[in-house]
This record gives sequence, C-alpha cells and structure tokens, in this order.
Amino acid sequence: MPRPGYERTLRGRVAVIGIGETEYYRHGASPDPEFKLALKAILSACADAGIDPREIDGFSSYSDDRSEASRLAAALGTRQLRTATMQWGGGGGGCCAAVANAAASIVAGLADCVVVFRSLAQGQYGRFGQTDGINTISGERAYLMPYGVLAPPQRFAMRVQRYMHEHGVRQEAMRAIALASYHHAQANPRAAMHGKPLDPGKYDASRWIVEPFHLYDCCMENDGAAALVLVSEERAQEFRQKPAYLLGAAIGSGHRAGAIPHNSPDYASASFETVARDLYRMARVGPADIGVVQSYENFTGGVVMALAEHGFFKPEDANDFLTVENLTAPSGRLPLNTSGGNLAECYMHGFELVLEAVRQVRGTSTSQAKRSDVALVIGGPMVTPASNLLLGSEAAR
Amino acid sequence: MSTFGSTYLPAGLPIPVSEPDGLSAPYWEGLRQNRLLVQRCCHCRTWQFGPEWICHHCHAFDPEWTEIEPRGRIFSWERVWHPSHAALKQHGPYIAVLVELPQAGHIRMVGNLLGDPRQEVRIGASVAGTFEHHDNAHPTFSLLQWSLQR
Repeated sequence: MPRPGYERTLRGRVAVIGIGETEYYRHGASPDPEFKLALKAILSACADAGIDPREIDGFSSYSDDRSEASRLAAALGTRQLRTATMQWGGGGGGCCAAVANAAASIVAGLADCVVVFRSLAQGQYGRFGQTDGINTISGERAYLMPYGVLAPPQRFAMRVQRYMHEHGVRQEAMRAIALASYHHAQANPRAAMHGKPLDPGKYDASRWIVEPFHLYDCCMENDGAAALVLVSEERAQEFRQKPAYLLGAAIGSGHRAGAIPHNSPDYASASFETVARDLYRMARVGPADIGVVQSYENFTGGVVMALAEHGFFKPEDANDFLTVENLTAPSGRLPLNTSGGNLAECYMHGFELVLEAVRQVRGTSTSQAKRSDVALVIGGPMVTPASNLLLGSEAAR
Repeated sequence: MSTFGSTYLPAGLPIPVSEPDGLSAPYWEGLRQNRLLVQRCCHCRTWQFGPEWICHHCHAFDPEWTEIEPRGRIFSWERVWHPSHAALKQHGPYIAVLVELPQAGHIRMVGNLLGDPRQEVRIGASVAGTFEHHDNAHPTFSLLQWSLQR
C-alpha cells in the first residue's frame, strides 16, 4: 500500500516556463552547425522564461541527439550538471518522453531546472529520407533494405495500408490531416510552408511517394532546434510567462511491439493503446476534456491511428471525424497541429509540437483553439517506444 | 533467377549480412541453399521470426531452426515510387509485400511481389516464395521473393 498522501505521478508537479526555437530551415539550408542551433534554441527558451542559463542543471533529449549534455553544460557555463537523460530508440516517438524523463528527474529531486531540446541539421549530418552509402546491413534493416524498404516512407506505408484495409479508412481522411496542418501554417510566420497553401486538388495531383502516401502525407526534412525549460511547480510562478503545467505523460508500447521485421502482433497500430491509457490515468482526464491536439505526423496515416487510439473516434468512424472543418482552429471539434506541425511548420522531430502545445495553454498560438486549457501532444506514431503528454493551465491543474 | 541482371531490384542496395554475434546467420545461409529456415522452440513449439536468442513464449534459449515451405498470403503491401537510394533512380515503381505464413504461427516476412510493378494487389492473396540469388555481389547473398499463386 502506498503511504498516505504519497502518489507516484507527474501530475501538476512541474511546469514549462520558457520555450524557444531557432529559425526553421529547409534541410541543408541552416547557416549554423547543429550544436550552435541547439545553443541558440536553449538561450532563446531561457530568455523567454527570464532565467539565467547558468541555472540549468539538466538536459534531456531523444533519438540520440548529437548535442551532448556535458558539452552543452560546458559551453553554457552552467554551475553544475545534475541530470543528463537520453530516451532510448523510437526516433520522434521520444519527443514527449524526453519531457517526461526531465520531469521525473525534477520530481525525484535529482535536478531543479532541466532543458529539454532537439537539434537537427540534416544538411550537416545526412537526411532521414536518403539511404546511400551503406554496403552491408544487419539486424532489422537487413530484412527490409534489400527489398527497397529503405527510408521511413517505405517502412511505415504497409502499416497504414493494413489499417486502411481493416477499418475502411479512405484517402480523404489522410488528406484532411494534411490540409489542416497547411491551413494552420498559413497563419504562422515561423512555418516553412507559410505562404504556400495546400488545397484538395493540389494534394490529389501530388506525386506518390509510396502508395498510400502522396507527397503531402509525408513530413518535411528540416534544420533547426527547439527547446523548453522545465522547473518544479513551486517555482513556476517566479518567471515571466504563464506556466504550462505537465498534467501527465506516458511512454512505451504494447506486447512485443518491437518484434522485427514487421512482426508486432498489433501491426496495424500506432503503438498508443497502452500509452494513451496510462496518460489518461495519470492526468485524470479523458479525450472529451482535451481542447486541442498536436499529433506527430511522420505520415498522415499514423495520425489517423494515433487519434483513434487516444479515443477521439473509433477507427470505423475516421472518415466522418477527420474533416478539415473538424480539425481547424478556433472552433473545430478537435483543432489539430495548430502551428502546421511536421508537415508544414518544421520537422523539428516533433519537438515543435510540444512548444505549440505550450503556446496553446498560454493563449499565444497563431491559430488559437477555443478550448486550450488542456492540450495533448502525441509523439511519433508506429514506433516503439512511443510517448505522449498533456499540458494544462493553472486552472486545469 | 539468380545472376546479375535477373533480380527484381537493381544491384547496389544494402547487402544483408548476419549480425557480428551470428544470430541470423542460419537464416541467410539457408536462403543461399534455397531453404527457408525460421525459429521454432523445441520446448513449447512457438514459431518465431525474426530470430532471437530466446523463445519469447517459454524463455528456452536458442530456438531451433526449422525448414518451412515458402508460401503464405499477402498481409499488407506498398507500391514505392520515390527512390530513397541512388540505385533506384530512374528505376520506376516497385512493390514490397508483407507476407504472413499461417503454417508457421503467422510469422511475417517482407519481400517484393514479382511481376508487373503496376499490378493491382489484394490483401489476402496467396503467394509462393522463390529464392533470388545475388551471386555477383560482394559478399554474395540471397533473398526470398514472392509471386501470386494461380
């Protein structure tokens, strides 16, 4: 039995007090190297909060970010380093886990002020979407690459194809997700696709990358960095911005989701069945309480699955629910990816989605949702481990 | 089948090899000899693919390699248009399939569907496997490809 008054939870215990990002560039277009991008985003987040960067005592990231914690601490001259956490595997599936790991460090008393970030210069280090220069390959990719299943589009299309087959999901449902992201990007001057609107005709006429993904079903590839500053709830009110409290977070995947190659029992899934359940339990909310969602689009099909697994609709109702009207701010039923997301703001490996959820809670988004006291972020779908989180205002805490 | 020029995809894609610890070596060596080997636990009879050092069901180590007939049905598929590798530039579309093997515990394998790359593909269709040998590659290797069963 737990001790009275002792609850193992992150609910309301930490808050985001600052957010910052670099300019977002097309892949290869950043004038700065990756590590410098990381530093710029971190300083920008500290300036937003009004905190001295020397106070940072921890760093958290995911997907083997190359901007290593001790180098950051040395470069920034922080007084001491108390936590350095890296989420294992899952690529962009770790974008919320990195926040959860930082929050756990703070709640456990290991650190007081943790920066969570992602920096990515695909021009400097190579693109996710190209796979040249590999002679021999072993492990999971050995069963895939010789057959031309090389980069993420080919690695995920068969999952989505199977899901569409099992539940009768149509192309139009995926198209609505792309259109909503592009619609929101038109209001967002940070967005790489700002000033480049998308309409149904343009989507339909766009080339196939791999069926069932058109060009506009696939995320961009970009250079940039994004960061946030996390402190314990006791200190949340000391800084310049309205705090966004962490209501909950969850990490993982279901039974044998990591069975390679493509042998996970629940194949046609985004890996969120168990993770969504854990999140809602910790945050003590359900899908009906959520006013706005940022859901990682590696591919639109993954968003369909992820939203269904978070209980917003049954898979069989995806075609009815997923319309542009329902997915756009301010008054759609479920405003989605209100910054433009991975498709149209920037592929900051999903971390731009976390920053956008903070803006929604603050009330400063360029596409503000009517209900934004409780904001959901869903990390990269169809991977393991996946992760998600919920942010809320003081009122929602 | 077999020699350079008769393979489904052009030469130059990554070549599959076993891990340094040899975990999948029997699988790749089997394909070289026109044999499909997958793991089956000799204690609890659970099928397992890809290979692992332990049976995921009963935790017996070193599941036995068992030869099975390469036949199954299409569980999912994709038609790839965008070349994600220099070797595929100007190649045109190709089809990858995920094949389920009901006679081996419904394990699944990825391969290509031989024939017209623009053919309609039906989930559930029966397919049979053939061994595609890359004898001019360095190192040499073999793949398992799939064709619709008439």
